[in-house]
Amino acid sequence: MTELPRSTERSLGLVIDLDTCVGCHACVISCKGWNTENYGVPLSDVDAYGADPHGTFLNRVHAYEVQPKTGGPAQTVHFPKSCLHCEDAPCVTVCPTGASYKRAEDGIVLVNEDDCMGCGLCAWACPYGARELDELAGVMKKCTLCVDRIYNENLPEEDRVPSCVRTCPAGARHFGDLADPDSEVSKLVAERGGMDLMPELGTRPVNKYLPPRPRDREDKIDILAPFLEPVIEEPEGFLGWLDRALGAVSGQGAGKETGQKESG
Amino acid sequence: MHPAPSVIFFSTLSGAGFGLLAFLGIGMPVVFGWEAFGHYFVAYALAVGGLVASTFHLGNPKNAIKAFSQWKTSWLSREGIMAVASLLVMGLYAASEIFLGLRVPWLGWLGAAMSLFTVFTTSMIYAQLKTVPRWNHPSTPVLFLLYALAGGAILAGNGNIALVLLLITAALQLLAWRAGDRRFAARGSTIETATGLGFMGKVRQFEPPHTGSNYLLREMVHVIGRKHARTLRIIAIAAGLLAPAALLAVTPEAPLALLALAGALHLAGVFAQRWLFFAEAEHVVGLYYDRR
Repeated sequence: MTELPRSTERSLGLVIDLDTCVGCHACVISCKGWNTENYGVPLSDVDAYGADPHGTFLNRVHAYEVQPKTGGPAQTVHFPKSCLHCEDAPCVTVCPTGASYKRAEDGIVLVNEDDCMGCGLCAWACPYGARELDELAGVMKKCTLCVDRIYNENLPEEDRVPSCVRTCPAGARHFGDLADPDSEVSKLVAERGGMDLMPELGTRPVNKYLPPRPRDREDKIDILAPFLEPVIEEPEGFLGWLDRALGAVSGQGAGKETGQKESG
Repeated sequence: MHPAPSVIFFSTLSGAGFGLLAFLGIGMPVVFGWEAFGHYFVAYALAVGGLVASTFHLGNPKNAIKAFSQWKTSWLSREGIMAVASLLVMGLYAASEIFLGLRVPWLGWLGAAMSLFTVFTTSMIYAQLKTVPRWNHPSTPVLFLLYALAGGAILAGNGNIALVLLLITAALQLLAWRAGDRRFAARGSTIETATGLGFMGKVRQFEPPHTGSNYLLREMVHVIGRKHARTLRIIAIAAGLLAPAALLAVTPEAPLALLALAGALHLAGVFAQRWLFFAEAEHVVGLYYDRR
């Protein structure tokens, strides 16, 4: 049923470290691979080698550039985005057929493809673009948190995590129970100030994002720097001779760089 | 949002059809025999035609029957149930008027209320979505109901009532557009809240996650239709509401041909209005792509 459980025993989800993610898209590819070969209909590609290739993905990596308020160079942030398995998932309650549901035992939001009629209303209700209607199968696809891996006793224990987490070469993705305050992921969230996306919409996402750490700034490197001997500002030797010679020719004199001259 | 023709046809035609059923249900006009058949034929053709059109946008229509199951939480499910239930109740009422020459007022009033509630459930499919600020407002159900009632009044031949409803609808539509244009900004979702990176500074897209398009962009970041928004707004107001109102004001005892003309103009205008309803609606997911 599309009624949300009042509470879930566990809240399984991901913690994504925006400081560590290098934007390699390995999670995107491993997700596509696992979810095409396993649970549900494959994630189709259309016109894959043609002029307008497009397809279904459950995970997409955006990249943003942030211009700091305090000035200085902009910072690039790679931003993987998939289903956040919200506590108050609007995609579930709007579903007319009962295909969408949130599991009471672990909080995973799933689609039963056998019941989905492909109306797309759940994708409209999701603020995060986490649901995509598969163009060929006509049913809604979304992140399953690799429900067919995490409980799968046929896999070695280290593989019983979502495919994206297992594959991330940077260690930017963490999986665990966010309802348990003593879990590794909960500690990470507490330590690093894990945040919700679009909290103003009241979806209460389970997945958290760890904000990028502030970058080192040159003016903070060493407070003694101003007292150091200044580096040489007048060229010496051959460069010094060249400087004087060219200065004499152009009539601008030799010595300290004065930056770009006004044209005219 | 992508203005899918199937959904525009559905909400326009079904709205007018259920509006007409509502007037027939309350006995405005009371009709019997062949005359009743004509009225109900138009009403059912519009209402059922619209519902059939709505199934064309389904990816997997074989499961459509399951849409009647989730009435506890889903407005779309409620709409399906209400549409079928109202058509059944009004069908009984219509059959008794057509074949028995007998009017059962309580059944008609019940059917009329259910028909209008069906239009309300349609509007709530859109109005419930916090992700589309323009829709997420009480003016959405109010306008859907007004359009249905105005269209129904024209088709039922209730000239004076139609005239009043058309003018009220025009006024509220203008207000709703004005307010709707500002609502996205007013709700406060930005690329900064979407990414959570606002604490660092001004965020802009550096690189999209894919070079081609995808379902999200096609469905929810549809911007093509907005180019002619101004012209379409004028068409919606002028053809859909003011022109029929003028026709009805000039000839209060409107002959059938004039009613048909007013009805056709009105529906053409509502098509334009519904196109805009989708094309101008901005979904917050566009923020992730730095587009609306």
